[in-house]
Amino acid sequence: MNRFLAPVAVAATSVLAVAAVTSMAVLAAPADDSLVIDGELEMSTRVAPIEGHPLPEVISGWHYRTEDTRALQQDSFDNPGMLGVEEGEEYWNKVEGTMGKSCASCHGDASESMVGVGASYPKWSEKLGKPINVELQINHCRVENMGAEPYKFDKGGQKPLTAFIKHQSQGLPVELNLEEGEMQQWWERGKETYYRRTGQLNLSCATCHEDNNGKYIRADHLSQGNVNGFPTYRLKQSNLISLHNRFRGCIRDTRAEYPAAFSDELMGLEVYTTWRGTGLSVETPAVRQ
Amino acid sequence: MLIASTLVAGTVAPGDVKIENIAVSESLTGMAGNASEGRKTFANRKLGNCLACHANADLSEQLFHGEVGPSLDGAGARWSEPQLRAIMVNAKAVFSDRTIMPAFYSLEVGENVRKDLIGKTILSAEQIEDLVAYLLTLK
Ligand code: HEC
Ligand code: HEC
Repeated sequence: MNRFLAPVAVAATSVLAVAAVTSMAVLAAPADDSLVIDGELEMSTRVAPIEGHPLPEVISGWHYRTEDTRALQQDSFDNPGMLGVEEGEEYWNKVEGTMGKSCASCHGDASESMVGVGASYPKWSEKLGKPINVELQINHCRVENMGAEPYKFDKGGQKPLTAFIKHQSQGLPVELNLEEGEMQQWWERGKETYYRRTGQLNLSCATCHEDNNGKYIRADHLSQGNVNGFPTYRLKQSNLISLHNRFRGCIRDTRAEYPAAFSDELMGLEVYTTWRGTGLSVETPAVRQ
Repeated sequence: MLIASTLVAGTVAPGDVKIENIAVSESLTGMAGNASEGRKTFANRKLGNCLACHANADLSEQLFHGEVGPSLDGAGARWSEPQLRAIMVNAKAVFSDRTIMPAFYSLEVGENVRKDLIGKTILSAEQIEDLVAYLLTLK
């Protein structure tokens, strides 16, 4: 199956104009629609929640977007995030660092070696003594196995390479292994962060994404805040947006100080929010407004 | 510049406001609010940003009214002035601890408040009074 090899070189500028025209639906419920990529890859976008989940149904953020935005994600030609994935493939093959290696030198064909990675991270790292996500794994490999500088947050190849790697799992269900190492403790820690009310506005993730999902907050249709589509392509910014950038933006909006990317606090939150999306298909790169 | 929480003489400090029976009977400034200023504070995204959560037909010229809270059409008929003041000061003390509506004149806020906002309320006593006056016009 050729799921990762959709032709991506076609520029998607014309469709952006269409997507910019947002039409606010009168009905606030998540759209009753199904996500099939290129007419063949069926995505699980509404699934039964994993045991212990507070919501009756787990729903992908895709359902909360407008028809135009949803359509962009249905077609790999139209999905502007695929350009980022293609750029990521170039980074995958790029030799860097003192050891004269690229990712491909060790991992070969990503379409074989990277399948499932995006569906199972963050995972426990014995070596680091904490959970590791795809971005940190890339940096770890760059330093230890390539003799290259780690990417700074959201810089260099970090977003496209992460998107490229996660895209190899497109369609696979998210499933974390919380049995390994201290994953359970990090899950607990992330859960605390999720329900902690922060900032002058005194809001938690749950206030918006658990108690009020499905409603409009001004022009924004609140989703469940699932993370299965990251890095996502945001039409507003015409760029890939990383998960930790999204976390920081949401926390900032409560008028709080926000934690550093990849801090223990946000790594816990990544473990917990990823778990909440168990069973949803990896959608990277999802398209958002 | 938009943070108007410096206490003006004669106003009740946020910690001293008493909410009794879902009501704050006295004006926080000792004076009546200005409804047309209140209308601006209501719509301003940096101030009340009330449209984020509430529809309000009186502001139909503004696009995108939120629906997280109830429509405020008729709010001035449903609630008395002291009740509206209580809702504006601290909605959590009126509705429930879990309400998403922020407390606009209270220092009972969340954790890790942005450094430049520590010790400051979202709106000033004067802005609260303006909003109360405005809400009372929504019959
Ligand atoms: C004031 C409301 C509010 C709060 C509080 C909030 N968010 Fe969000 N969040 C939004 C809005 C609005 C969006 C964009 C629309 C959407 O996707 O829900 C969003 C989007 C997201 C997305 C992207 C979802 C997607 O499918 O692309 C994630 C992930 C997310 N939030 C996580 C969080 C987490 C974790 C927290 C707490 C640390 C949080 N949010 C707190 C309002 C909020
Ligand atoms: C983030 C969301 C949010 C914001 C912002 C917000 N509110 Fe509310 N408001 C609510 C919710 C939700 C309720 C209903 C109480 C509940 O269920 O918790 C409410 C209730 C009210 C009520 C009582 C409604 C009725 O008639 O039953 C009034 C009046 C009110 N708000 C005024 C305002 C004003 C004025 C502002 C801006 C200065 C504002 N609100 C900002 C969410 C919000």
